[in-house]
Amino acid sequence: MINPSIDGFLHPYVSTSIDQIFVNGKQWLLSWLTFAPGWVVQIASSLLSIIALLFVFLSLFALMSVLERKILGRIQNRYGPNRVGPFGLLQPVADGIKMLIKEDIVPARADKFVHFLAPILIAAAAIVVLGVIPYGRNMTPFTIDGGILFFFAAGSTTELAVFMAGWGSNNKFSMLGAMRAIAQMISYELPLIITVLPVVMVVGSLVPDRIVAAQAGYTFGLVPHWFVFKPWGATAFLLFFVSGLVESNRTPFDVPEGESEIVAGHMTEYSGFKYATFFLAEYIGMFAITGLATTLFLGGWHSPVQVLEFIPSYVWFFAKLSALLFVYIWLRGTLPRTRIDQIMNFAWKFMLPMSFACVISAAVWYYAGRGLRGWLWSFFVIAVVYSALSMLLDTQRKFAPRTYRFAE
Amino acid sequence: MNSIAFVLLSILTLAAALATATLQKLMHATLSFAVTLVGVAALFFLLGAEFVGLVLVFVYIGAVAVLIVFTILLTRRDVGKDRGANWGGAFLAVAVFGGLTWAILETQSVAIVAPHLRTLTVKRIGEALMTSYVWPLQCVGVLLTAALIGALVLVMEEKR
Repeated sequence: MINPSIDGFLHPYVSTSIDQIFVNGKQWLLSWLTFAPGWVVQIASSLLSIIALLFVFLSLFALMSVLERKILGRIQNRYGPNRVGPFGLLQPVADGIKMLIKEDIVPARADKFVHFLAPILIAAAAIVVLGVIPYGRNMTPFTIDGGILFFFAAGSTTELAVFMAGWGSNNKFSMLGAMRAIAQMISYELPLIITVLPVVMVVGSLVPDRIVAAQAGYTFGLVPHWFVFKPWGATAFLLFFVSGLVESNRTPFDVPEGESEIVAGHMTEYSGFKYATFFLAEYIGMFAITGLATTLFLGGWHSPVQVLEFIPSYVWFFAKLSALLFVYIWLRGTLPRTRIDQIMNFAWKFMLPMSFACVISAAVWYYAGRGLRGWLWSFFVIAVVYSALSMLLDTQRKFAPRTYRFAE
Repeated sequence: MNSIAFVLLSILTLAAALATATLQKLMHATLSFAVTLVGVAALFFLLGAEFVGLVLVFVYIGAVAVLIVFTILLTRRDVGKDRGANWGGAFLAVAVFGGLTWAILETQSVAIVAPHLRTLTVKRIGEALMTSYVWPLQCVGVLLTAALIGALVLVMEEKR
């Protein structure tokens, strides 16, 4: 497991102990409970993992909310938040206090119970899926035989929660927003799951730890064996990333809360801390989907070059996660919002065939011997499907005055 | 601990099922139906059949519950209205319950030692689906594809 040939900065033993510091810390805390019955230890162990997860990701949420505003400010040539604390870093605290003391308004005609339950359910679904991601060596909070399946199963309850928010508010904007959200989430769930299939096929397991283990090793100590460096993996990663953008309702696919069209979508009738809970769920969902992308395609917690393996595994994981999150922010600062029909067309006409092509390409790679030959053949499959799709989908439409079907 | 969990989950599942049958608003009934399914999925988890539990959540809550909700929303005007008691349905439910109870009580308990089962992994299910059950799987696939195409034909824009 641990590379014996580490030399240079740190002694291997020190490096290992830093790498496993959280695992050992948890073991140490649990060792206090040796006298307790087995189920107490089990519950304590789960609680420790849950508390650690919540602490890490809620802090990341706070940090991300201020960094996003800072980076967006930088992109748009203005200052971001810079009043509260040094460099505006205490902004999330101020936001949190503001959200907490705001009045909580529930519409008189709303379905009170459903309206109340929706943000809780949506946040719970987003947090639960964090459990199956391996954050470092031996650092998977919830090991389960069908981990990847669990991720998508728990994530799919979000749709019902969004519907509850939209319907419970008893507002036409809420309902329209919820319908848009569900339509795009269901459409993009398909490419999202099908692009995971090639990885699952090649590894032969639905366990995230096995998938990370399958991406260990380097060619010449420089090029890691991550799936993103295979033609099918690169395509699947891009498709997965775009579907992840849609699933987490991020720009350019944030039509569910398109404030220029339908106020705030399913969040229209929410205020104060319930609104903040929706945002929390959105960001946590974003972390989860980028975490899964890292696990599936970017080698999880493995380091990009062999000489840097002495750096603890969780540092690499969170470095990759932050890089992907930066791309999310970057896209938000760059791209305008797409229309709902464009999103749908893109899902069914391009994303879905391309994700099937990934599956076939991975099979070709697998049977053509996983070497250079397999690489070229699988690249060939992707290239053929891509060019065929671009020829088929090219409508040859010239720029002309827009015609309306339902308006006018 | 497992028996406590079983009792709690059973109570949750049964209460949600009862709520599905008795709640006045159709949408509340649908949502409590989803809770029932979560309870059943949790029971599968308790039995160690993780895959079945996950698929149950995935298909029934992620897809079927959403489908039901949309069907209600798109086809009925009186979503918010109260619904009356359905005596025929109640009679049917009591009849099924009685029949099942009678059948269970009449059956003599089987005194066969349960065979030792290997732990059920997703991999084994996949292998079984791709080897011995590949034809049923393909048939289901064809059926679903036909349904998909049928739905597309139904909503296709009419040519003028």
